[in-house]
Amino acid sequence: MTAVPSVSVGSGAAGAAIFPDSDSRKYRYFEPRSKRATHYEDVTVDVQPDPERYLLQDWIISFPNGKGAYTKDNTAALSSNWHAFRAPDQEWERTHYQRQSKIEAMVQAVIANGRKSGAPKSFDKAWIKILQNHLGAWKHVEFGLGTSLMQAQRYGYTQMINNATLTNSSYKLRLAQDITLYLAEIGMDIPGFDDAAGKHTWLEDKGWQGTREAIESIMGSADYLEQYFATNIVFEPLVGELFRSGFLMQAASSNGDFITPPVISAAEADYERNLANTIDLMHLLVTDNQHAAHNKKLFQGWVNKHVALANKAAAGLQPIWSQPHSKPVQYADARAQSVERIKKILGELGLTLPKE
Amino acid sequence: MSGTLTLNKITAQRGISVGEAAKKIADLGWNPSYVQEAMTFPTDYKIAKAPKDPMKQVLRSYFPMQEEKDNRVYGALDAALRGDMFRNVEPRWVEWMKLFLAIIPFPEISAARSMAMVGRLAPGEDLRTGFTMQMVDEFRHSTIQMNLKKWYMENYIDPAGFDITEEAFGKCYATTIGRQFGEGFITGDAITSANVYLTVVAETAFTNTLFVAMPSEAARNGDYALPTVFLSVQSDESRHIGNGHSMLMSMLKEPENHLLLERDMRYAFWQNHAIVDAAIGTFIEYGTTNRDKNKESYAEMWHRWIFEDYYRTYMLPLEKYGIKIHHDDVQTAWKRLTEKHYVHKVAQFFAVGWSANFWRIEAQTDKDFEWFEHKYPGWYAQFGEFWKWYEKLSHRGQTNILFNSDVGYVYPHRCWSCLVPCLIREDIVTDEIDGKLYTFAHEIDRWTAVEAFAGEYQGRPTPAMGRFSGRREWESVYHNVDIADAIKDLGFVRTDGKTLVAQPHLRFDEKEMWTLDDVRGHILKSPLLTLREMSPADREAHLADYRKGFTINPCN
Repeated sequence: MTAVPSVSVGSGAAGAAIFPDSDSRKYRYFEPRSKRATHYEDVTVDVQPDPERYLLQDWIISFPNGKGAYTKDNTAALSSNWHAFRAPDQEWERTHYQRQSKIEAMVQAVIANGRKSGAPKSFDKAWIKILQNHLGAWKHVEFGLGTSLMQAQRYGYTQMINNATLTNSSYKLRLAQDITLYLAEIGMDIPGFDDAAGKHTWLEDKGWQGTREAIESIMGSADYLEQYFATNIVFEPLVGELFRSGFLMQAASSNGDFITPPVISAAEADYERNLANTIDLMHLLVTDNQHAAHNKKLFQGWVNKHVALANKAAAGLQPIWSQPHSKPVQYADARAQSVERIKKILGELGLTLPKE
Repeated sequence: MSGTLTLNKITAQRGISVGEAAKKIADLGWNPSYVQEAMTFPTDYKIAKAPKDPMKQVLRSYFPMQEEKDNRVYGALDAALRGDMFRNVEPRWVEWMKLFLAIIPFPEISAARSMAMVGRLAPGEDLRTGFTMQMVDEFRHSTIQMNLKKWYMENYIDPAGFDITEEAFGKCYATTIGRQFGEGFITGDAITSANVYLTVVAETAFTNTLFVAMPSEAARNGDYALPTVFLSVQSDESRHIGNGHSMLMSMLKEPENHLLLERDMRYAFWQNHAIVDAAIGTFIEYGTTNRDKNKESYAEMWHRWIFEDYYRTYMLPLEKYGIKIHHDDVQTAWKRLTEKHYVHKVAQFFAVGWSANFWRIEAQTDKDFEWFEHKYPGWYAQFGEFWKWYEKLSHRGQTNILFNSDVGYVYPHRCWSCLVPCLIREDIVTDEIDGKLYTFAHEIDRWTAVEAFAGEYQGRPTPAMGRFSGRREWESVYHNVDIADAIKDLGFVRTDGKTLVAQPHLRFDEKEMWTLDDVRGHILKSPLLTLREMSPADREAHLADYRKGFTINPCN
């Protein structure tokens, strides 16, 4: 048995020897958005391949209809380059866990401190009913959007689109659970608090049926991009922010509740990130050098459909604004603000808000 | 007594139990009545019973736990650099990581995507929290592995190969095997792919070899980074195994699922064996420089984890639910790993094709020979001369081993099912699909492609089942193409435009490095297209000859 051992330079470290590409220390198969690739780009771009980048043999397993794992026709939108999108929030696993973990720590500290000081017992009685019934119903909204986006993250044509959708789903599902556990915990301190009332309200209360229809319409869409669009471009400004910021966060403190606003506030920061991601992607599509007109028309159709549903949802929730004893904010003001907000968002994309 | 009075006791307040929290969260879902969710990823299975979430974990505790795990991983990577890990790391090992880490992030993110597919199929919401966490876990695994690869690229002596990683993944003759693995998680019947193939078999059985055996071999080669990352990844797998098992238990309740489960357990076990054992077996046995005879061989580890732990304690008990388990397949896989030298034949195949890949493969040496013979009696007689040839032909000016007729190696047919070539020559079988001839590494591979991946199974319509598609035989893409042109087309050339990314040695010296000119002048052939071009008589003669195998000529 004889064989000659390989020659070694005595170290496996960078710079131990100079030879062709011994200094090639950047991924060189994709164009970074800016001069240098960001960490997010390095760990994200092209991990999901496709026949354009770089499946030499095409998809090697197909569905019975002949389609491969990812196809462009999972959405009616068209793009001359699906690979161009980079999520502005630059989220990858580490930043995602850091952010989610900090939010959970903040939420739990707020709830624990509030309960230690006996705060839930001094909430206004009418406000307690609002939390029990309406915040209790709202958790299902967040859950519905979370599961809808969990479905959507399977379909996008690139890793960048799907990961942005995935983190959006994760944020929504976290909030749904935060609200659930928050209500369960303060419920232990409030005699007679009915933890099951929220779901009953969600399923049966007339005022909530418009919201349920809007959410189920998003969940039921078979177009992943429509789900992402309807969530962040339409539902969130017209209903999500309206109820969270325009009611819960503004009305809580004057009704003796300083716990609910910080629990909910994280959702508003989540939304800022998810909105930035969505607008950036949709902006690419409405300015596409080949398909801008098609996409604009498609998106305007989605706007018309989901704004009508969202308007109906918002109108159904209107009576809630008059239920607290202290009413620091009027529905009309909050609604005007949310209409302004969506107009700005749609303006970025060259779309218009349909008249009611 | 002050000794019993603690801050916890003073500040403690009543909380809700884990079980109660999980129950409330499971109640977040409802049955839509305005618009129904589209069943966009169909299955032929029937699932009526809502699966239970065995882990009962909520996101409130999940995110901080994962952040803490991450902190340890990234802290360890920093420490490895401060400790000058790369000075002592074995290049033989890191080179194989160019292949492994090119493959693995795609199956991981595919697993995240597949959670969407099972998420809507399970009635009830109990397990959806489990699927949610698995989705985020898999996102974690994919990006943490990409980060590890970037870290190797930035700090290891030869970054070439890491720098083209995702492009290389889509193109290489070896990564095609990994693509079969990853695409299997997301394509076809949603339960077959996302539950049985991914969770019940790949994660429950084979992540032990992937994420436990591999890291321990990495540590033996001076690489502490891979163990840190992958053991952290493996710590998420127990939750995934719980998800898969819970879903499996729901499916078992319906007798009409039993035939499909038998089919899918058979397909998934065999294909995981064929793919994972090929890749991980090669990394562990051929990527190491550690030849401690007291350590377990890959086959020994397989016996412990796959045979004893998985087959005996997970697969076998399914029989009591009425599922037919193919015991023979497990025994056959074991024999392939031991008596038929499956892993060694895969390593030999990878080495023969070195010039068309994107990492360096070093020759095995005397020290290696002794260890192989000790662990796999009869190894030297079959593979010793080959590796001597490989070393001899690793120098520029020699004829590329892929085309060197002095060696005696016969380039193999590719299996249309698992995409690993038909390396155990006597087992090759052929069959036709839609009137076209294909080659298979084993009868079970033939069964997988011809009978399992079809619109009907044993008389039962299976409209949701996937199909094998695309240009599955890699060699057919470059049929009748000069190897130098193929390598250039693949992009496996360094930025000087001439030096190959791959090298058949670990000599980090420009003078020793092969270029396009060193390999030009040899034409690649597709064994499958060549076989199809033969007359029936020639084909039979060719296959009979193929089954006899080959003998490596003595290397002097």
